[in-house]
Amino acid sequence: MTTAGTASVYRWEIRKLIAQKRTYLGLGIAVLMPLIFVVALSLHAGQPNDVAFGRYVRDSGLAIPLVMLIFGSIWLFPLVTALVAGDIFAAEDHNGTLKTILTRSVDRGQIFAAKALATATYTTLALALMGTVAVVAGGIASGFNPLTTLSGTRVSVGEGLLLVVASLGVYLIPLLAVASIGLLLSTITRNSAAAVVGTLMVALILQLITILPGLESLRPYLLPSQFDAWQGLLRDPIDWSPIIRAAWVCAAYGLPCLGGAYLVFLRRDVTGG
Amino acid sequence: MDQLGARPVEARGLVKHYGDIAAVNGVDLTVEAGDVYGYLGPNGAGKTTSLRMLLGLIRPSGGSARLFGRDPMLDGAKALQGVAGFVESPRFYPYMSGRKNLELLAGLDGGGAKGRIDEALDTVDLSDRAKDRVGGYSHGMRQRLGIAGALIRDPRLLLLDEPTTGLDPAGMRDMRTLVRRLADGGMTVLLSSHLMGEVEELCDRVAIIRSGQIVFEGAMADLRSQATDDSAYRLRTSNDEWAYTVCLAQVGVTQLVAVGGELRFRAPEPVAGRLSVALVEAGLEILALAPQNATLEDLFFRMTEGDPTPAQVAS
Repeated sequence: MTTAGTASVYRWEIRKLIAQKRTYLGLGIAVLMPLIFVVALSLHAGQPNDVAFGRYVRDSGLAIPLVMLIFGSIWLFPLVTALVAGDIFAAEDHNGTLKTILTRSVDRGQIFAAKALATATYTTLALALMGTVAVVAGGIASGFNPLTTLSGTRVSVGEGLLLVVASLGVYLIPLLAVASIGLLLSTITRNSAAAVVGTLMVALILQLITILPGLESLRPYLLPSQFDAWQGLLRDPIDWSPIIRAAWVCAAYGLPCLGGAYLVFLRRDVTGG
Repeated sequence: MDQLGARPVEARGLVKHYGDIAAVNGVDLTVEAGDVYGYLGPNGAGKTTSLRMLLGLIRPSGGSARLFGRDPMLDGAKALQGVAGFVESPRFYPYMSGRKNLELLAGLDGGGAKGRIDEALDTVDLSDRAKDRVGGYSHGMRQRLGIAGALIRDPRLLLLDEPTTGLDPAGMRDMRTLVRRLADGGMTVLLSSHLMGEVEELCDRVAIIRSGQIVFEGAMADLRSQATDDSAYRLRTSNDEWAYTVCLAQVGVTQLVAVGGELRFRAPEPVAGRLSVALVEAGLEILALAPQNATLEDLFFRMTEGDPTPAQVAS
């Protein structure tokens, strides 16, 4: 398997994503979400005091993307991720194009790697777009002011911006684990709708488990809990433990799914179409 | 580089089971360089499954498939060097233009594939529609784009799975002309079809598959020689009704039917001789008594469905 071959397949996977409406649906949701929030904030008094940084959304635009991360973790970002992760293999089955690309000069492993990388690229882009729009729209609505951390200290706009970017980076870890689940379902079900809905269902069921009484000891090791790990960055001093835990817990969810998807894709019979 | 002197296609004891069903059961295929090889069989006989195994799309349950000496299951994409084609109807990304689709495929192939796109589009007569989205292409245009997708690989072996299926008569004619032209250019072609006439027109060697098993493999000339059936006769007389009674009375005459103003029957040659004497002795004038050569189509039916019925022979 050559890197050049994988890079070539990756470039075409990106071009295919660019040519598909589904991609813009996901990216559109990522862009609209903060815009709707900011417009709602402008039209109504008060703020979401029950979530972290909710009370600061009128003080600093930098609080807006952080609130979006909390709102988006329940189903929105898993949905945005699943739209592509669940579709990227299944769509090839649906179109019958898997046989077309598998009879060219690239190995199955290269195609898998390129598709997984393209999914990660899309997920990163969606998150970055949401963050950028939220910062800009929030800044316009609430001003580019210093940010108050969870420890109550105020940090400068520059430092706050860095913390927002770092938070987005940490938030990406559980999202990539969700993407891995989507890739696995996409290869197994060979059906886009089933894989997208299935990924979302897995995310929602895990979310449900986190609120079931009596399962508190499990909570730190469930995937949805890792969507809060970025909050460790917003403490003074920075609390790395949730971030480190998020890294290995998400790896424990994501890597077996990714490995399973790889093996299924490598060994499967390509029929139909 | 492929193995020196290796045949373009060599399948030995190829088997594919789906549960208890053997879709392909011990298929041997040998395609030599320069062959235009027909892989003939009725729908569901196992042609497409065989081709999928040859291209490494599905894993054989048993046996081996080699393309230029390489096993697609073991050697992956390397086994497809110099090989191109499609199984069932070629599929493309409907939201991209024909040219973009070819560029994508050329990107996956590397080498000089991209530089061959214009020539391939010209060859299949799609240059004018290359900028249109494939979603708006007719079935025939997609078939031709499939050929173009194969040609940009500059293949030495072209595998085509029922390339004329679903095409109108003009489209079928154009596709056959194109395949003939490519074969005349020295390309080895393995072409599956359920149409005997198509294989007869295009191919010099043929394998006939029935229920997953090969029932004939050899040169078209050998198949043609098998098609001649001396035991079937056509008879016209001055009074066919009376001749029918005489034929019925003749020991050794079987499968006697009256079709289209003549009688048809089967009989060994000496019986046919005695029958002619009996007809004359009965006062009948024999206008015609000739062995009836079965067509290749008849032979195909016989090989793939068992002995043809009298109705099939008559048709």
